[in-house]
Amino acid sequence: MSAATPARANAPTRLSPARRAQNLIMGALILVATLVVVAPLVLIFIYLLREGLGAMNADFFTKVPAPEGETGGGLLNAITGSVQMLLMASVIGVLVGVSGGIFLSEYPRHPLMPSIRMLSDVLAGIPAIVMGLVAYGLIVLQFGFSGFAGALALGFLMIPIVVRTSEEVLKLVPQTVREAGLALGLPKWLVTLRIVLPAAAGGIITGIMLALARVAGEAAPLLFTAFGNPNVNLDPGKPMSALPLEIYRGATSAYDENQRLAKAGALLLISLIFVTSLLARRFSRRR
Amino acid sequence: MSEPAKPAPRRGLSSRSDRTFEVVILALASVIVLVFLTSIWQLAKESWPALQQFGWRFFTERTWNPVNNSFGAVSMITGTLVTSLAALVISVPLAIASALFVAEYAPKWLANPVGYLIELLAAVPSVVYGLWALFVIAPILSRWEQGFFAQPDKVATYTACKNLWDQGQTTLQCFFVPSTFDGRGLALAIIILTVMILPYTASVARDVIRLVPADQREAMYALGATKWEVISRAILPYARAGIMGGVILALGRALGETLAVAMVIGDSQELLKSLFGGASTMASVIANQFGDAQERLHRSSVVTLGLSLFFLSVAVNYVARLIIARLTPKGIL
Repeated sequence: MSAATPARANAPTRLSPARRAQNLIMGALILVATLVVVAPLVLIFIYLLREGLGAMNADFFTKVPAPEGETGGGLLNAITGSVQMLLMASVIGVLVGVSGGIFLSEYPRHPLMPSIRMLSDVLAGIPAIVMGLVAYGLIVLQFGFSGFAGALALGFLMIPIVVRTSEEVLKLVPQTVREAGLALGLPKWLVTLRIVLPAAAGGIITGIMLALARVAGEAAPLLFTAFGNPNVNLDPGKPMSALPLEIYRGATSAYDENQRLAKAGALLLISLIFVTSLLARRFSRRR
Repeated sequence: MSEPAKPAPRRGLSSRSDRTFEVVILALASVIVLVFLTSIWQLAKESWPALQQFGWRFFTERTWNPVNNSFGAVSMITGTLVTSLAALVISVPLAIASALFVAEYAPKWLANPVGYLIELLAAVPSVVYGLWALFVIAPILSRWEQGFFAQPDKVATYTACKNLWDQGQTTLQCFFVPSTFDGRGLALAIIILTVMILPYTASVARDVIRLVPADQREAMYALGATKWEVISRAILPYARAGIMGGVILALGRALGETLAVAMVIGDSQELLKSLFGGASTMASVIANQFGDAQERLHRSSVVTLGLSLFFLSVAVNYVARLIIARLTPKGIL
C-alpha cells in the first residue's frame, strides 16, 4: 500500500487507491440508481403533459364521451361520478376511520384494542380488486351495479389509511393536555371531542386527504361495482363512471379518440392527486 | 403511551356519558372487524361451488378452460409469484440505493425534493402506470420482437419452440423467445410492477436508515472508514431487518397489483412459456374475466382466486408487520 504523506494533513491520504475507487464507484452507482428510480415519474408526467394537455379544452370538462368512432366529447360523466363516489366513500372512511383512530389512541387498555389494530393493518394490505369482489357480493348481487356499490368499496379502502394516520396524530397530543382537561372536571368524552380532537385536526385532515388521493385513482374495485356509465348520472343507485374507469376503458380501446380522452383524464387525475398530496404535506408541516 | 396513573374521579354525570361515548366509538371502530369478517364470508360463500367441485385440485391443475368448465389456478399462481418476485429482485437494490442517496448522500436541499418525488411515485394510480406502459414501453418491446421475427434463423427457433409450447412444454432457451408481436406480456408486467413497488421499499428503507444511531456512523468515520465502508458495514447491517420488512410489504403490494398488470400482461391462461409472451396473474384474471363470467362455476372459480389472494396478502402483510414491529425501535409504519 502507498505510504502516507503527512504533508497534506486533511486529505484522505491513508486511503488506498482500491478503497477510494470502491467508495467512488459505489457513490456513483447510488446516484445512477436514484436517477433510475425517479425517472419514470418524470417520464410519465412529461408524456401525459405532451399527449393530454391539448385535449383538456372546455369540451373535456362539459361534455360526455362521443359515441365510439366519432370525435369530440369529454369526461364530464367521469368527473361527476368520481366526485359523487368520493363524497359517499368519505362518509364511511372518515366516520369509521377517525373513530377507529380515537379508539386505538384513547382506549389503549381496552381488551378489543389489539385485535382492532391488527385487523386495520390487515385491511390495509388487502388488494383493491378483492374489495371490489366483496362490494359486488354485498350490493351488486341484490341491487345491481351502482355508484353506491363503488363508493362502498372505496370507503372500505379508505378506512385503514384514516385509522392509522389519525391514531398517530392523536397520540402526538401531549398527555398533559388530557390531564388538564380532566382536572378541570370535564368528562373524558368532552376532553376527547373538544380538546384532543381539535388539537390533532390538522393531521387527521391530512390523513383524510391522503386517503382520498389514494382511492381516487382506484379503478379495479369499480370495474364490477360502479361499472361505468357513458352519461352523466346523479343517481347513486345507478351505474356510474369515474375518472380511473374511463382511463382504463380508453387506454384499452382501439379508438384514437378514446385513447386521447384517457390520456387527458390521466393527466387530470394525477394532477389532482399530486396537488392533494402537496397540500396535505403543507398542511401537516405547518402544524 | 401512558394514561394518567389514576383515572379521573368519576362523577355521576360524566360516568354515564363517558360510557355512551365509549360504546359509540367502539361500535364505529368495530366496523373494521365487520368489514374483515364480511369480506371473508362473502368470498368464501361465492367460492364455495368451485371449491366443492375441484377441492385442492383447483390449486394443482393447470388447465383454465371456461368452455369445458375445468378450472385450475396453477398458471395464475405461477404468474403472480413470478412477476412479483422478479419485480422485487430488480427493485430492491434500486430502492435501497435511492434510500441511501436521500438519507446519506444528498444535501438537504436535494434530499427533500427527491424524497418527495419518490413519494409521488407511490401516488400514481395503477391505471396510469398501465396506460404509460401500454403506450410507451410496449412499442419499444414490440419493435425488438418484430426485429426478432424478421431474422429467418430466429424464426426457425420460434417454430421449434412453438411446437414445444403447444405440447405444454418449454425449455430455458424458449423462455427468452418472444411469442407475441405487440410488446405485451410477462416482461412488460415485470417492468411496470418494478416501478410500482419501488417507492414502498424505498420509503421504508429511508426511514429505517435514518433510525441508525449517529454514533454508529461517527465511530466508523473516526476509524478512518470511507463513506461506502460506513454504509456497508455500519448502516446496512443495522437497518437490514427493517428493510426486509419493507421488502415484504412491497411484495404484498405486488401480489395484489391489478389493473396495470391486467392491461399489459396479455391475459393468456397457459402456464408460463415465454418471458416475451402472454401470461396472467390471479388479480389480472379477476379484472379481465369476472365481468364476463356468466357460468356459475367460472364465476365461482374467479372469486376463489380472490379468496386465495385475500389470504395470501393477509399472510404476507402479517409477516411484514411482525418483522417491522419486532426489529425496529418504534413502529414506523
